[in-house]
Amino acid sequence: MAIREISCDAIRAAAAQLCIESNCNLPADVRAALERAREAERSELCREILGDLLENADIARREHIPICQDTGLTVFFVELGQDVHITGGDFRAALDAGVAEGYTKGYLRKSSLDLPFSGRKNRGDNTPAIVYTDIVPGDRLKLTVCPKGGGSENMSALGMLTPAQGREGVKRFIVDTVRRAGANPCPPIIVGCAVGGTAEQCMLLAKKALLRPVGEPGPDAEVAELERELLEEINALGIGAQGFGGTQTALAVHMLTHPVHLASLSVAVNLQCHAARHMSITL
Amino acid sequence: MEYKLTLPLSEEDALRLRSGDRVLLTGIVYTARDEAHERLCAMEDWPFAPRDAAIYYTGPCPAPPERVIGPVGPTTSARMDAYTPTVLKRGVRCLIGKGQRSESVKAALREHKAVYLAATGGAGALLSLCVKSARVLAFPELGAEAVHELYVEQLPCTVINDCCGGDLYAEGQAAYRK
Repeated sequence: MAIREISCDAIRAAAAQLCIESNCNLPADVRAALERAREAERSELCREILGDLLENADIARREHIPICQDTGLTVFFVELGQDVHITGGDFRAALDAGVAEGYTKGYLRKSSLDLPFSGRKNRGDNTPAIVYTDIVPGDRLKLTVCPKGGGSENMSALGMLTPAQGREGVKRFIVDTVRRAGANPCPPIIVGCAVGGTAEQCMLLAKKALLRPVGEPGPDAEVAELERELLEEINALGIGAQGFGGTQTALAVHMLTHPVHLASLSVAVNLQCHAARHMSITL
Repeated sequence: MEYKLTLPLSEEDALRLRSGDRVLLTGIVYTARDEAHERLCAMEDWPFAPRDAAIYYTGPCPAPPERVIGPVGPTTSARMDAYTPTVLKRGVRCLIGKGQRSESVKAALREHKAVYLAATGGAGALLSLCVKSARVLAFPELGAEAVHELYVEQLPCTVINDCCGGDLYAEGQAAYRK
């Protein structure tokens, strides 16, 4: 196959556009899930809140302003076709330039700080982009952006369980993480989780699980069954929208699994607030 | 209950509120997050009068040219817990954020007859429409984390912790826990 060229300039422009548009436009599947939650919710107060969230998403889209003031750190999942040749500069620098441009031109909040445990100085442009690249067949470049807010990210957890803890241990870890998080991650949440892999891989898979359309069941029947059980247990916690007490704590549980070391049972949880922003462009 | 209240919040108004009440606030709120709290707690004289004041935990997006302010929803309040008893001692009457507070904050709310309200987390676009004027009052170098003076009209909030020990997170969740 012939090599296809993609310029860094095109990558920068796509990244900038993704930053702005993803922050202002709630994906249709997330909006539909919020509608379903409002219909199903038994608490009147939470129904009111869910109505506010739908109105908020509509205002953001109409006025072209961010859904939430926490426009996040900027995470990119990249699928890079192996027949692509990137020209005219450095790929990562192009993504950073796109983030800086998007967060400035789009009036998005810059939340990236240098010197995390001392100076905590705002970098002023939300860089660096956090980039995960998969090399895939083909001659296309797919960029998916997921701006991730601090409130939900702070509630993440990794458990290196013993194999003896098994399926029940996995369930308990995930449900306990949601219980501990309570109102903080801005429920109704989407629960991204992963089982298996090494520690860092498990965390990454938990985040990747959030990219799936809301409520679409997991890749195989066993995972889908566990997701169903988890969603039921999580909604039985009674946390509800914003933690005010209700039946709709999570819109969905999305799980990915991976082969695991014979000594390990890794489980990771990455919670996503209701402003579940992500968007893709294929170049 | 639903109340329309004006800020600064009088002791009398604070005493009426109960966890679960919905309130629409009109008046001045002052924004402050982590670093601003650290600085305020170290200062003798504040850039605003603390008596009966309302503090809103938020770091807004920058305002586009034709707007008063960018999206301006609440941030997680627990990060301010360490400073809050000091802030309440200075006379602040009303705190606005999201998420659970520590036991020492709840005790200080009872002691000082103050209230903790939640604004809807993740509804920053909607909440920005309630802000009619905004200016940076102190620590401009903190950018989004500076202390802003916001004039709000009918800012919708929900009472979480009232003056007499009520806690919506505890009560509401217990009612729906299976």
